[in-house]
Amino acid sequence: MVEFSLPKNSKPKKGKHYPAPAGAKNVKRFDVYRYDPDKDATPRIDSYDVDMDTCGPMVLDGLLKIKDEVDQTLALRRSCREGICGSCSMNIDGGNTLACLKPIDECNGAVKVYPLPHMPVVKDLVPDLTHVYAQYASIEPWMKTETLPPSSGERLQSPEEREKLDGLWECILCFCCSTSCPSYWWNGDRYLGPAILLQAARWINDSRDEATGERLDNLEDPFRLYRCHTIMNCTQTCPKGLNPAKAIADIKMKLVERAG
Amino acid sequence: MSGSSNSGSRSLRSPLGHARGLGSAKEGLHHWWMQRLTSIALIPLTVWFVVSLIQLRQSGFEEYAHWIESPLNATTMVLFLGVTFHHAQSGMQVVLEDYVASHGLRVASVIAVKLICTALAALSIVSVLIVAFRV
Repeated sequence: MVEFSLPKNSKPKKGKHYPAPAGAKNVKRFDVYRYDPDKDATPRIDSYDVDMDTCGPMVLDGLLKIKDEVDQTLALRRSCREGICGSCSMNIDGGNTLACLKPIDECNGAVKVYPLPHMPVVKDLVPDLTHVYAQYASIEPWMKTETLPPSSGERLQSPEEREKLDGLWECILCFCCSTSCPSYWWNGDRYLGPAILLQAARWINDSRDEATGERLDNLEDPFRLYRCHTIMNCTQTCPKGLNPAKAIADIKMKLVERAG
Repeated sequence: MSGSSNSGSRSLRSPLGHARGLGSAKEGLHHWWMQRLTSIALIPLTVWFVVSLIQLRQSGFEEYAHWIESPLNATTMVLFLGVTFHHAQSGMQVVLEDYVASHGLRVASVIAVKLICTALAALSIVSVLIVAFRV
């Protein structure tokens, strides 16, 4: 049956408290999920008091300050620190977002930082994305054509055809959407989830691609596509302001259109 | 989930092989579409049913039987019952597919729901016809 409660030994317990340096006046507490599956029996929540007068404005700044100055054992992914790489996606203040785009000011009380929900944890804030990357590979996210390229070497698109990719190409694969989706929590093994379905829509809507029907064939499945019940968490949480729910609805309408 | 770093037994199948699984069932559109169509059909049918219930609230069996003799009322009642049970089994199937992870239990419960809904639909429609025709 569906997991209504946390699996045994996974309820986080209270961890260590790291006070702010003496003399700090503007202090914000960070409650951070800590778990090392190889060593720890259960996860714990460590609390770090951060001196905001010497910290940057974003949650990622706070986490890196903690890692640099207080506790080097904290594990997290990050790269570009400007919302374009999708590495620092995590659950902050109850919602999935990018730590680099989330202002600390927007968090009421302590800044609560957890890994992306319902994914296996590698360590602390680092989720195991193996399966969702494999699901991405399974939709064959590259242009498929039989027609040879024109002698100019470029496959042309009209401005109108190109416009159909707007709202799709901007996805950075941070998986905030998929890991916010209850359907993906319960059936992520087979349901592709909003991130991968938005990517599938990106290729289905590409006028240059010649495998549209084959792509629709591969999606028409009670689990791969139709586990989407328009819950809309995906659209609400997307840190890039995209609308995966609409992309999925478009795929469903294309299947209706094809049937008659 | 395959590739899980903290699951008890790890499969040695490649992540892509696991993600592809048994491939696409190449169906699901019909079920999804029928669910939408039955929902839309149920809007006027349910309004009609509730309004009729309110109008008949003081009536005894004889008045009801007279009311259902009208071909329009009998037909609409049969449609309401048929569409309701169709929609019910279709919605229950989605709920079971969402929440019952075990394949065997899921298939068994979906079959049970379909049989029960079909039986209830047949029973209720036959009952309406018996009264309508005063057999």
